[in-house]
Amino acid sequence: MTDRSGTTGDLSGFQPRLVGFLCNWCSYTGADLAGTARMKYPANMRIIRVMCSGRVEPVLVLKAFAEGADGVLVSGCHPGDCHYMEGNYKALRRRFLVEALLEQFGIDRRRFRFQWISAAEGDRLAEIVEEMVAEIRLLGPLGRARERLFQADHLSLNPAAGGPSPA
Amino acid sequence: MGKPGTQGRPKEGHPSGKLQLGIYWCASCGGCDIAVLDINEKILDVAALADIKLWPIALDFKYEDVRALPDKALDVSFINGALRNSEQVEIVELLRKKSKTVVAFGSCACWGGIPALANLFDRNQIFERVYGTSPSTVNPNRSVPALESRMPEGTLTLPTFYNTVYKLDDIIPVEYYLPGCPPPAELVAEAVDAIATGNLPPAGSVLAKEKALCDSCPRERAEKKVTTFRRVHEVQPDPDRCLLDQGIICCGPATRDGCGARCLEANMPCRGCFGPTPEAVEQGAKMLSAVGSIIEGRDEAEIKRVAAQVVDPAGTFYRFGLAASLLHRSYQERSLKEGVELDSRLDPTVVPTGKEAVT
Repeated sequence: MTDRSGTTGDLSGFQPRLVGFLCNWCSYTGADLAGTARMKYPANMRIIRVMCSGRVEPVLVLKAFAEGADGVLVSGCHPGDCHYMEGNYKALRRRFLVEALLEQFGIDRRRFRFQWISAAEGDRLAEIVEEMVAEIRLLGPLGRARERLFQADHLSLNPAAGGPSPA
Repeated sequence: MGKPGTQGRPKEGHPSGKLQLGIYWCASCGGCDIAVLDINEKILDVAALADIKLWPIALDFKYEDVRALPDKALDVSFINGALRNSEQVEIVELLRKKSKTVVAFGSCACWGGIPALANLFDRNQIFERVYGTSPSTVNPNRSVPALESRMPEGTLTLPTFYNTVYKLDDIIPVEYYLPGCPPPAELVAEAVDAIATGNLPPAGSVLAKEKALCDSCPRERAEKKVTTFRRVHEVQPDPDRCLLDQGIICCGPATRDGCGARCLEANMPCRGCFGPTPEAVEQGAKMLSAVGSIIEGRDEAEIKRVAAQVVDPAGTFYRFGLAASLLHRSYQERSLKEGVELDSRLDPTVVPTGKEAVT
């Protein structure tokens, strides 16, 4: 059985849970292409179609991690290709701050990936998902570190507060 | 402050006719207690109106006095500070049992505040720094305080120091939140008035305004395009222009109004002590998004250069809100991978030997 918590240290059956925020016009269409072209890639990514990568606010990335994602991909159109002219630049402007923040929160940098994928690059999407799954499988479940740190306090937390729920 | 709710003054009060009041501090600097005194002559109203049953900074009541009270004997407890150790948890749980209403008083009780910045580290790292590597420390044996020390006269105990700093409502249910670092005297006075008259908003309310601080900021705003972020000590800001327009990070867009914009009047940026606006899922992420969005340019290398000028994003955007954030604390993946274990001497479940007492 898969060891979701990873507490036993056995990662052989660990299947990373990835969340992918893909823009409707390029990256999601790219994922569609990967599907219709019958390209094979791991089924670990839950894809969320958004209208634009510029819509992916940092809070969505943090929420994904807080709710148990082991990795997050944000993907949009290549520079100059944005359907809304500016959206992918907005995403890019937040990207480096999000990366710096995750570093400070002790989350391995390989768990967050920001990538341009066009509608024609289904193969690129497949490749990136494969890479992410391989890398994150070695890192193990993200919730493990966090649970261990909270459990060390032996506290029962007020559930009504929306306090820290274990990932 | 909203409509009167049902959480107001109890129907049958104390025989003395006075409000039964408790004031307590947890992990805090003491500034919140001073803020209570800052209401000046209104403190006399409080004294005329209230019997204070616990206030460690000002009055000599013992925990035993509070334990001896019947349940719900206190009308209201103002609790300030974040939760950092087991003594604080024990006392706030006691006060919850003895109080009809609990108010999280100040940013630390509401969202974790400055003490919660320690959540970017773990207990090991904090103890290593404090009892080991800080420049003013000489401690060659790396002794740390033991939870229990057996002495000829008996056993001495210390509270457990937690790995993670919590906000008050992580531990006990809280009726009202009075934010600020410290809460401004006007809001304290309003809260005291509201409690005394029973004219309180619905439980769960934040006793401040509903909009973002920018809404009441008098400064002039322009189209924001930033090529250089500056820290406040590096520049003399123009007192009439929006600080973000000048490349100075001001947390106004993501922070609740109600403070009276005191920092902005002193030509200092908002640091976010009033917590998130009502719509924001998380203050830090919202602020990070706002700052990211005003970076000028389309060139990846240029954007990266400008973003790197934001020194310490976690400490800047989560200065007061780390314990209320989605991630709540650092995940410490690196130390996990390196197999660093938590110091068992600090673990309350490990039976101590009494040999590690402070020397």
